[in-house]
Amino acid sequence: MIQAIAFYLFAAVVLISGLMTITSRNPVHSVLWLILAFFNGAGLMLLCGAEFIAMLLVIVYVGAVAVLFLFVVMMLNIDFAEMRAGFVRYAAIGALLAGALAIEMGIAIWGWSIGGIKLDQRIAPTPDKVPNIEAIGHLLYSHYLFVFEGAGLVLLVAMIGAIVLTHRARGGVKGQKISRQVARRPQDATRNMQPPVGQGVEL
Amino acid sequence: MIGLTHYLVVAAILFGMGVLGLIANRKNLIIMLMSIELILLAVNLNFVAFSAYLHDLVGQVFAMFVLTVAAGEAAIGLAILVIYFRGRGTIAVDDANRMKG
Repeated sequence: MIQAIAFYLFAAVVLISGLMTITSRNPVHSVLWLILAFFNGAGLMLLCGAEFIAMLLVIVYVGAVAVLFLFVVMMLNIDFAEMRAGFVRYAAIGALLAGALAIEMGIAIWGWSIGGIKLDQRIAPTPDKVPNIEAIGHLLYSHYLFVFEGAGLVLLVAMIGAIVLTHRARGGVKGQKISRQVARRPQDATRNMQPPVGQGVEL
Repeated sequence: MIGLTHYLVVAAILFGMGVLGLIANRKNLIIMLMSIELILLAVNLNFVAFSAYLHDLVGQVFAMFVLTVAAGEAAIGLAILVIYFRGRGTIAVDDANRMKG
């Protein structure tokens, strides 16, 4: 009973906030609605026992991705009024396509629920009496170790790509040139002189 | 009782909303990227629901990889958005024709 109430609450809020994400006028509000949608999606995942993915969703999406979106929205100086111009024109065809997709998925769900598809072959059955995080950890560091390393590589490439793309070489900045510093020799840098008494050195 | 079908219906509606946002907000690249995040959330919801109701952990592992790719995609997408805005002064993508040659 309480599970049903929680499910309908989370589902309703995630759908409403998803709708507000794509329709609100101000992109900052959009990001905030997106954060709400992610929180409630994490709640839905908690309800069916996937604690690790739920926490990961909160940490990665709300903690990193949504904040990144917020930074970009606030960093760019965009005229948001003209952004809305084509919304109604595109919304009709968008609604058509989205409705067709949703109906297709509904047909798939219906076909699954009348039992036409066999889904009882398990690759890694959920072990009993082992916490969710521990079970995922065992699986991730044994069977899926190379895929896991590949995921790390994807993140590394994304990080390097983002830095390379947004890096801008600006003129007039005094930077350190390590190669010149290393290539500097003592005999080029120093002079040995014998100045006359009382005159000092001419530099 | 809440079954798998409930989760699948919620995820399907969320996916449809993401597609709608992707097409309807052609003037605003930021909201398009957010719609992609909504779509990926719906996909993850499907993975996790199937994983929980079929007692197979692979769905959750795969949802984690989807999350990884989504984070990388958001970072690269926003970087491209920033340089696109720097070059053109707008983020409307329905008249992006720079690579036409």
